[in-house]
Amino acid sequence: MSSAIQFDPIRLPPEAEALRVEVRAFLREEIDAGTFDPVTAPYREGFNPEFSRRVGDKGWIGLTWPKKYGGQERSFLERYVVTEEFRAVTAPTRVHFTADRQSGPVLIKYAPEHIKMDILPRITRGECCFCIGMSEPGSGSDLFAASTRATKSDGGWLINGAKVWTSSAHVADYMIGLFRTSASTEENRRHGLTSFLVDMKNTPGITVNPINHMTGFHEFNEVVFEDAFVPDDNVLGEIDSAWKQATSELAYERSGPERFLETIYILTELVRTIGDKPDKREAEGIGRLVAQLHTLRRMSVSVNGMLQAGKEPTLEGSIVKDMGTQWEQKLPQRARELSAFVDENIGNRANFDELLRFATMIAPKLTIQGGTTEVLRGIIARGLGLR
Amino acid sequence: MVNADACIARQSPAIDRIRERKINMSDDNIIIDATTRIFQDLCDPQTITNAPDDSWKAPLWEALEESGLTQAWTPDDLGGAGATIVDGFDVLRVSGAFAVPVPLAETLLAGWLLSKAGLIVPQGAMTIAPARAGEHLTLGDDGTLAGEARAIPFANEAEKIAVIARRGESSVVALVDRASCGIAEGNSLAGEARSTVRFDGIVPEEVSDPVEGLDEESLVQMGAAVRAAQMAGALQAILDISVEYSKERVAFERPIGKFQAVQHNLARLGGEAAAAIAASGSLADTIGRADGFDDQVFLEVASAKIRIGEAAGEGAAIAHQAHGAIGFTAEHILHRFTTRLWSWRDDFGSESVWAVRLGEMVASRGADELWPLVATQ
Repeated sequence: MSSAIQFDPIRLPPEAEALRVEVRAFLREEIDAGTFDPVTAPYREGFNPEFSRRVGDKGWIGLTWPKKYGGQERSFLERYVVTEEFRAVTAPTRVHFTADRQSGPVLIKYAPEHIKMDILPRITRGECCFCIGMSEPGSGSDLFAASTRATKSDGGWLINGAKVWTSSAHVADYMIGLFRTSASTEENRRHGLTSFLVDMKNTPGITVNPINHMTGFHEFNEVVFEDAFVPDDNVLGEIDSAWKQATSELAYERSGPERFLETIYILTELVRTIGDKPDKREAEGIGRLVAQLHTLRRMSVSVNGMLQAGKEPTLEGSIVKDMGTQWEQKLPQRARELSAFVDENIGNRANFDELLRFATMIAPKLTIQGGTTEVLRGIIARGLGLR
Repeated sequence: MVNADACIARQSPAIDRIRERKINMSDDNIIIDATTRIFQDLCDPQTITNAPDDSWKAPLWEALEESGLTQAWTPDDLGGAGATIVDGFDVLRVSGAFAVPVPLAETLLAGWLLSKAGLIVPQGAMTIAPARAGEHLTLGDDGTLAGEARAIPFANEAEKIAVIARRGESSVVALVDRASCGIAEGNSLAGEARSTVRFDGIVPEEVSDPVEGLDEESLVQMGAAVRAAQMAGALQAILDISVEYSKERVAFERPIGKFQAVQHNLARLGGEAAAAIAASGSLADTIGRADGFDDQVFLEVASAKIRIGEAAGEGAAIAHQAHGAIGFTAEHILHRFTTRLWSWRDDFGSESVWAVRLGEMVASRGADELWPLVATQ
């Protein structure tokens, strides 16, 4: 395998920049109307069905999907712009973001037509929230150790076991989960897992128990399945072979702007707190952070542009997520250092301190969610030809 | 004590594979292919490391001149090859991947400066002045230059120096015979000249008309962009060399590249190289499209010089760690790259210098303009 790393200097096309103008105007209106406040949004739940419906009305959910499913058939670079503008102001996208980024595309690829026609248009209207059932008490990064079982029964499958750390399960309409349908084999320990669509609102035998973050925030859940019935039509892809399905979407999931913008508010408020006359130390600190942010963004845009052009930048995508999450994780610490000598009574200092406390508390999860640093570096090492 | 000869022998198949890959990574670009071939033949890092003297230098420079690469940024009508800005940066990235120890980058830069001002570009090795933000030279009414410029690269080997100087309110470009300048020699960490050059009382060989939209700042930004491209090439090279070495070097009965701790270090090195490749590529593309040196170019230059300068430090440390003692020897090629990375990150403004400038710009625009500044292209 070649280690030749490539980042084409992708420019966002004019239609993407035109869309940016529209998106900014929409977000400005929502902020002015009091839907959310970028300065307090980070420690709010971010679950706002009315807002998601208005985003759906704009056509900005499922932007790249086929029109017959409610999509707009626009490019991934346009979707990129929508995502980054929403993230930059911490807009409340919890209802639709997971479905938009990954659940919808999985359904488009693997679900039967009648399910697609039913669910996808609802996602694009902002009415449908998805969660992802991967981790279990005995399997986290080691995804293929999952043991929650789906056993064949008449007309479908019975699920027994538990998923943990499931974000949004308490509000989700559906889960796409990975369940064991056969034992793994000697030759292939990834064999035996199947992907299922689970109706979270209308399936008896499912219990959702909250697991609060150390911040006190309720995002995670434990989802317990006791003989929960899932019909045959809800099998997504090949039985026992879910491991084959996960690869191509991963580059999109790894390289999006959400992989470095989760704590961006602290940089914005740091610049506000320091004001227009920084000393040399403050200026250097801000300058380095902006250079790092700009570089990450150029890398991320490049990966998305290469994907849009039909290339497969898998190594580059993993690198973007590794570096992006490292950066957003260290950002609160850098902001803390650089704000050390700012007067406590100045302008937005109280807001800044509140945000800094929150960002510091959530920072540890950023290099765990969606693939840990350790797993990513293993993937990068493989891409470099070391495995 | 490690036996250096044995290590070099062991290393050569790896170097062969790296050579193969350099050709593959060229993406069907004729200029990159031609450049790569010249360096493979005449500027092989191991051959130069082993060489008892500088006799490799003349054939290398001759081949570069003959191919037109030294004049890549000079239009046909001013004596050059008329390649695009992006082509020139590609050449420089490849030259960084071979740690090329001749003033190719400086000559390209001088050709760019002279032709911007409409001056005929001479053959031969050249360099430029000034090379640091805040320094300036003046051209008096009597036609003589005044002032000094520090850290001028390859001032000892250049035949001519292309300078930008102030004449009254405007800027002019001038061509100076290096032999007429006062030079206080200094050296970079890679042993290349970084000298203080005094221009007091010197009459240039050529002086341009006043040029619009070009000043010392433009030259420093272009110089920083040039170093960014060279550093990106060098980082890709030390990644390749480190990966190949880790696959071959056996310790504790396994190739060290099989150890997770080593893999994770090299993955981080891959990240630093990736950041450098992306930032320098984006910068080259931006300069190629821009009409002048506007805010967007400034953001790209500053970001690339800062981020790639950081990558140079991090990356060099990881590459040395992966190589152990052999990588610290004079016989090994690794230092050809790492000493240049350490030196290039200081040229045309270090990370700290650029970060203060970028930070001041961001602060003066205010918090609400930060995101619009970054999310522009």
